[in-house]
Amino acid sequence: MSQFAKAFEPDKLQEAWHVFLTEFPQGLWETVYVTLLATLFAILLGLPLGILLVTGDEKGIRPLPKPLMKVVNVIINFLRSVPFLILMVMVIPLTRAIVGTSIGSVASIVPLVVAAFPFVARLVESSLRELDPNIIEMAQSMGSSTAQIIFRVMLPESVPSLVTNFTLAITTILGYTAMSGAMGGGGLGKIAINYGYSRYKYAVLYLAVIVLVLLVQVFQSVGTRLAARLDKRIKK
Amino acid sequence: MIELRNLSKRFVTADGPVDALNNVNLTVNDGDIYGIIGMSGAGKSTLVRCINMLERPTEGSVLLDGRDLGALSKKQMQDVRREVTMIFQSFNLLMQSTCLQNVMFPLKLIHTPRAEAEARARELLETVGLPDKANVYPAQLSGGQQQRVAIARALATKPRVLLCDEATSALDPKTTQSILELIRQINRDTGITVIVITHQMSVVQEICNRVAILENGAVVEEGDVSQVFSRPRAAATRALVFPEMASGEGPVSTGYGQLLRLIFEGSITIDKPLIASMAMDCGIAANILGASTRTVGKREYGYMLIEIPGGPDELARALKYIQNVPDVVVQVEAQYNGREADEA
Repeated sequence: MSQFAKAFEPDKLQEAWHVFLTEFPQGLWETVYVTLLATLFAILLGLPLGILLVTGDEKGIRPLPKPLMKVVNVIINFLRSVPFLILMVMVIPLTRAIVGTSIGSVASIVPLVVAAFPFVARLVESSLRELDPNIIEMAQSMGSSTAQIIFRVMLPESVPSLVTNFTLAITTILGYTAMSGAMGGGGLGKIAINYGYSRYKYAVLYLAVIVLVLLVQVFQSVGTRLAARLDKRIKK
Repeated sequence: MIELRNLSKRFVTADGPVDALNNVNLTVNDGDIYGIIGMSGAGKSTLVRCINMLERPTEGSVLLDGRDLGALSKKQMQDVRREVTMIFQSFNLLMQSTCLQNVMFPLKLIHTPRAEAEARARELLETVGLPDKANVYPAQLSGGQQQRVAIARALATKPRVLLCDEATSALDPKTTQSILELIRQINRDTGITVIVITHQMSVVQEICNRVAILENGAVVEEGDVSQVFSRPRAAATRALVFPEMASGEGPVSTGYGQLLRLIFEGSITIDKPLIASMAMDCGIAANILGASTRTVGKREYGYMLIEIPGGPDELARALKYIQNVPDVVVQVEAQYNGREADEA
């Protein structure tokens, strides 16, 4: 306790402020771009997979063989259930194959994407399942093809829900970046661990946490507002 | 012309197979407004979905101008669905698209050039009376307005058949009237064949020229609306036409007379004081148990359920008297209630 209290004495705070000014801008930038890139790739993989989960379902618009759907579901559930810390270690060979190294901000994107895309696929699935089945039937009754139903009906009608869920994905991935920072990645997570955990500079740790919380707030409120603005069901 | 031939549809459910449709045979002529009416669960929705193959019939065929729709490829069926379009109980508009985009939707599916599609959509919004709502989103419209947009959308590809699946069931009576009037007007102007699925008698009376009554997946009665409704034969039809008779909450006879059902076929007899003149001329004081008249296709129809007190003598005289009145059909009714219990 005394050591904890000492970490907030004036000289320590001054030192933390110094770290804040010198290292935080770079750390914040790394965290933001790693989060955004990882989310982007997770959506690129997760969106088609989520669509497949809905359309390929037994009662979907283009049912796929049941065993295939079963395998896809098992893989998604497996990736979702491995703790991120362990998953990071597990995908090191993949990271090396893609990036050339397993250390650094760019390298940390790979495990983030592997962890996040099954999550995004489930989010997309739940967004698309919210859609009124009568709307799908309408599209079929007008002679839509499967692709037309997906791209002209399902996705456009689900935009507000998708934006809300992608916002959830982005904040979750932001949380993961802090973890990957501790395991060779960069960003605010790395600063917090390096100073706060390894060198008992709690003031720096708390500053990093405050910045991360603010970042989540920013992403969340931007996403929420965007979803509301895009939703044409809300009477203005 | 649409012909349904020996159409059956069986669903396999957890509780075993369910026969939604049972050997249905119907012919809908070009330009008809054809009503298919039945209680909920009678198979109406399944029937209409078989016409555009949203449901594949288990047996039988659907012929559109002699072409068997069940034999078409998926691509061919998509083309047929631009000739046979549909409107729904819940309107089913794209809520994230403007009214104009909604009406353009079927045209975009067939890659109609944008300018052409937009011109057609604006023209149709004009037809349904909503030219000023082009850039408005459906959430800002009332139910009746949403159904108008849905009708415009259904007409975009210039179909020959319009399927209406309980299209007015979610609307209030006044809005229902205006939507039915719109459908009738479009039928008159374009000669489009309309198939109306409903559980509401009033809808069939309002716009249909022919009607089929569906019960438990089978057609129990079929024909011209005026004929079917003025002289309902099947029990299911009577239940729809005279619900108060079927519900068991109808008039109760005193149990000491014979029940007669008088059916009026034309407005003239309605004006004539039949019961009063029978009392004066024959001295038979009939007891009126129930009566109902309806306007079907601008002609007055109705029925009256009366009880003739006394014995077979009075009954014979009453029958003779009524039979001499033109445009009135009299049926001797089986006893509904009371009588048997009293005699037992």
